Amino acid sequence: MTTGAAGAWAGASAIATEVRSGGRSAASVVEEHLAAIAVLDGELHAFLTVLADQARADAAAVDAAVAAGEDPGPLAGVPVALKDNLCTRGVPTTCSSRILEHWRPPYDATVVGRLRAAGAVVVGKTNLDEFAMGSSTENSAFGPTRNPYDLARVPGGSSGGSAVAVAAGLAALALGSDTGGSIRQPASFCGVVGMKPTYGTVSRYGLVAFASSLDQIGPFARSVADAALLHDVVAGHDPMDSTSLDRPAPATAAAAAGEGVEGLRIGLLAEFVEDVDPSVAGAVRAGAEALAAAGASVEEVSVPQLHFGLPAYYLIAPAEASSNLARYDGVRYGLRVDAPDVEAMNRATREAGFGPEVKRRIMLGTYALSAGYYDAYYGQAQKVRTLIIAAFDDAYRRFDALIGATAPSTAFPIGAKVDDPLQMYLSDVCTIPSNLAGHPAMSVPFGADAGGLPIGVQVLAPALGEATMLRVAGALEVAAPALAAPALAAPGAGATR
Amino acid sequence: MDDARRLTREDAAYVARLARLELTEEELDTYADQLAAVLEHAAQVAALDTGGVVPTAHPLPLENVLRPDEPRPSLDRDEVLAAAPAVEDRRFRVPRVLGESP
Amino acid sequence: MTEWEAVIGLEVHCELRTATKLFCGCRNAFGDEPNTNVCPVCLGLPGSLPVLNAAAVEYAMRIGTALLCEIRPSVFHRKNYFYPDMPKDYQISQYDEPINVDGWLELPDGFRVRVVRAHLEEDTGKTSHMGGGGRIHDAAHALVDYNRAGVPLVEIVSAPDIRSAAQARAYAAELRAILVATGASDGRMEEGSMRVDANVSVRRVGDPGFGTRCEVKNLNSLRSLGRAIEYEIERQIALLEAGDTVLQQTRHWDEGKGQTVALRSKEEAFDYRYFPEPDLVPLAPDAAWQQRVAAALGPMPAERRRRIGTLFGDGAAEGARADQIATVTEQGLDGLVLAATDAGVDPGLALARTANEAAADAERARELSPDAYVALLKMEQAGALSSTQTKAVLAELLAEGGEPADIAKRKGFEALESDSLAGVVAEVVAACPDEWSRYAGGEDKLAQFFIGQVMKATQGKANGKAVVEELRRLRG
Repeated sequence: MTTGAAGAWAGASAIATEVRSGGRSAASVVEEHLAAIAVLDGELHAFLTVLADQARADAAAVDAAVAAGEDPGPLAGVPVALKDNLCTRGVPTTCSSRILEHWRPPYDATVVGRLRAAGAVVVGKTNLDEFAMGSSTENSAFGPTRNPYDLARVPGGSSGGSAVAVAAGLAALALGSDTGGSIRQPASFCGVVGMKPTYGTVSRYGLVAFASSLDQIGPFARSVADAALLHDVVAGHDPMDSTSLDRPAPATAAAAAGEGVEGLRIGLLAEFVEDVDPSVAGAVRAGAEALAAAGASVEEVSVPQLHFGLPAYYLIAPAEASSNLARYDGVRYGLRVDAPDVEAMNRATREAGFGPEVKRRIMLGTYALSAGYYDAYYGQAQKVRTLIIAAFDDAYRRFDALIGATAPSTAFPIGAKVDDPLQMYLSDVCTIPSNLAGHPAMSVPFGADAGGLPIGVQVLAPALGEATMLRVAGALEVAAPALAAPALAAPGAGATR
Repeated sequence: MDDARRLTREDAAYVARLARLELTEEELDTYADQLAAVLEHAAQVAALDTGGVVPTAHPLPLENVLRPDEPRPSLDRDEVLAAAPAVEDRRFRVPRVLGESP
Repeated sequence: MTEWEAVIGLEVHCELRTATKLFCGCRNAFGDEPNTNVCPVCLGLPGSLPVLNAAAVEYAMRIGTALLCEIRPSVFHRKNYFYPDMPKDYQISQYDEPINVDGWLELPDGFRVRVVRAHLEEDTGKTSHMGGGGRIHDAAHALVDYNRAGVPLVEIVSAPDIRSAAQARAYAAELRAILVATGASDGRMEEGSMRVDANVSVRRVGDPGFGTRCEVKNLNSLRSLGRAIEYEIERQIALLEAGDTVLQQTRHWDEGKGQTVALRSKEEAFDYRYFPEPDLVPLAPDAAWQQRVAAALGPMPAERRRRIGTLFGDGAAEGARADQIATVTEQGLDGLVLAATDAGVDPGLALARTANEAAADAERARELSPDAYVALLKMEQAGALSSTQTKAVLAELLAEGGEPADIAKRKGFEALESDSLAGVVAEVVAACPDEWSRYAGGEDKLAQFFIGQVMKATQGKANGKAVVEELRRLRG
């Protein structure tokens, strides 16, 4: 659907098809992308580590397989960027934190193994908010990533680097992680497709944990079909992850290929259009109209319990994070700041190694779990989670899918919200409920605001409802207003679709 | 439920100790304020009537996920120790430990 | 004089005999080179996740069944605290929804101790404190080995039903025998596969409340357990009688000094911030699994003791007999006793021979073929072998194996034909008319005299009981 004109950016499916058929060499594809990175990433700072040598070697291996008559896989030669909280053996995995600045994992994340087995070429590790905590990638210990549509603005977060890599044509695909919106919101800010799958469909083994009951790995792509393709490659049961669903992940790419939305019942979430910027609300309503015109029945629906998602999330996520981040104590790996005794060493190491947002969330989480407060905070938040799931279940008795804004605004300026954590947290209001429920959700680019900044429309579906979600996303994609290429982008970008 | 009282500086100091974070006096004050603001917001949750509601620890209805008792390869010790900040006698070296393990 | 009562509860951590760790496939092995049985999961590397070992659950269920617990659906919780031997700085354990609850254990004397819970949790690594004689206080630095991190443990918590050091020892010994009988653990306190901590408090007799309790750790043998508890009871009584208070603290048993010593404790109590482990899902063994576990479990020590006890009639086994029964059960030789009595051997003989002779070489006795053992005892019972001869044959049977009849023949212990025995007895009787008339007149103790004479005449080949039977027959 989105291969673009000759010479324009090819999408992942197109690259793979050409490489597998021998029509194009993986080597030439990777050189093109490495060249773009070399030229543009100095300003964008999407990447923390560029794996030029390894990528060339991987590409050569793909070409050799093709020459030998073997099938290198569905992602043959496709350049992929990985968020730097995904373990890659022997390659720095920093989580954008000083505490892991020089750490090289001795193992690959399960998804990384599946990518390589599919013939993908990993071009580098991308920037994020430290330990995935943030909505702007400004919390990285190694400097922010910039939005290619406006270098003075944030790309969103926490998977800002991955979103930018795809938006600027530095990679054809990227993986990010989404705990409270960290794939969907940057996708929205950068004009690309970003998807959070049903909890349990993609293995978390090798994803450095932030909030274990909320984290999921998902794709960034420039088309819905490409996002589905990447998801299909990495999804599926993993015996190394106890929270991995043991039924087959829903087949997605086929559904995304354009089944259309005829006869689908779609709900427009009132809570996700009130309190958002007018341009965003406008785009969502335009999307709703387009879906109706394409044969779906669209009706507004109110699910007031969704309001409680934000406060519940800001108790649950930090609580789990405070425990997940305890292991960074300077004993076995990572940064150590020496001291006369081990307790002092722990404190000095964590003081020096963690940034302010991480410390803030550890404090919040520790407090929410502490004796005397568990029932009122964490325990209560887990009950609110049940209420939100029940509310969604009710909505899904009447609707097959829901739509709304992905984020309340378009990309805000770098520095605008950094000093007001509460303000920053409020920008997750539309994305958080899906994480709490474990449901799939994705953002599809749908036009831009008056300043040309991209807007994303969010599609939500019930658990394991990826097929329906992708049908709706595909229909939105077809109807979306053309989005100009970013100010800073790889040559030959043209229109993104 | 307990009234969600405002987070004090002492609370912040206690929590920092539990979390092995070494905060400066300034940081303690700043964090106490910021956290108090977030907690007030989060207190909406505390005010909800959730009588009879079962908490959700997991969005998944999974249970009994087990693996067979079969050995799998361990990591190469050299690779493991190469990442360590300090090694002695094939073990991880740390400064003196003050307290007993609980 | 105030009458004091000790109130004791024991917490036992038992390492399970699985091939691999609780949450990963690293080997569960003692004594390997440091840090060779580690992986991302048990090292707690970023991105790692736990997956529960089915065999550990099976063993935990066996233990729960053996302790007459209720097996319940359970969840895992994180217990959060910092310590260098903790790879994740939290331990995956069970908190308020453990797998086994509300059981009990019966001591050999019939006293019952309630078992509150027996739950699954992972073990920590091992910290060695270097410099300063190995004690924490004077150490310069520490070294950590994570081979043990992640090894499966079952923690068994008793109610504070125990009232003396002796009872505590009996509980620990019985629990160990049960753990070994289930196959879940090898119960070696000295090696650390069974670790016992004691919670000790005292109160005035008749006082319904509980005194302040202290936890006593570092008990590496049953003997230490007993000595430490006795010391702690006396220490607490002395404090209270002097008008002082007992401080709630953790105390370390110092074997060399024969004292419990307070550990340097922190002011704050530990706030573990328990919450359900989000990386694991609930555990709910179905009825079919529970039944399989119960069916596969052999009888526990108490039941086995009872089975031997019933051979002797209703009277509860006491004194020497109870000791013999305890010995053969503890040594795993009760099967031999039952095999013998099933084949018609007198219970007293079977028990005595097993508790005294066989148990002396218990390891080999456990390998003994029951058929051979039974054949030997039947020979003794029939009078074909004297007790002295039987013991000799048994010794060789244990050392070399073989058939009792062959061994007896080789040693020249030939069965004395009952005819020839009758003949010898008749000869002796005829040669000792005075003794015979006294015996015939009712002086039964002269039977010993005749036995001695018959033994001399047969070079020890006669069977004492057979002689007595013959004497009686002659007497009429």
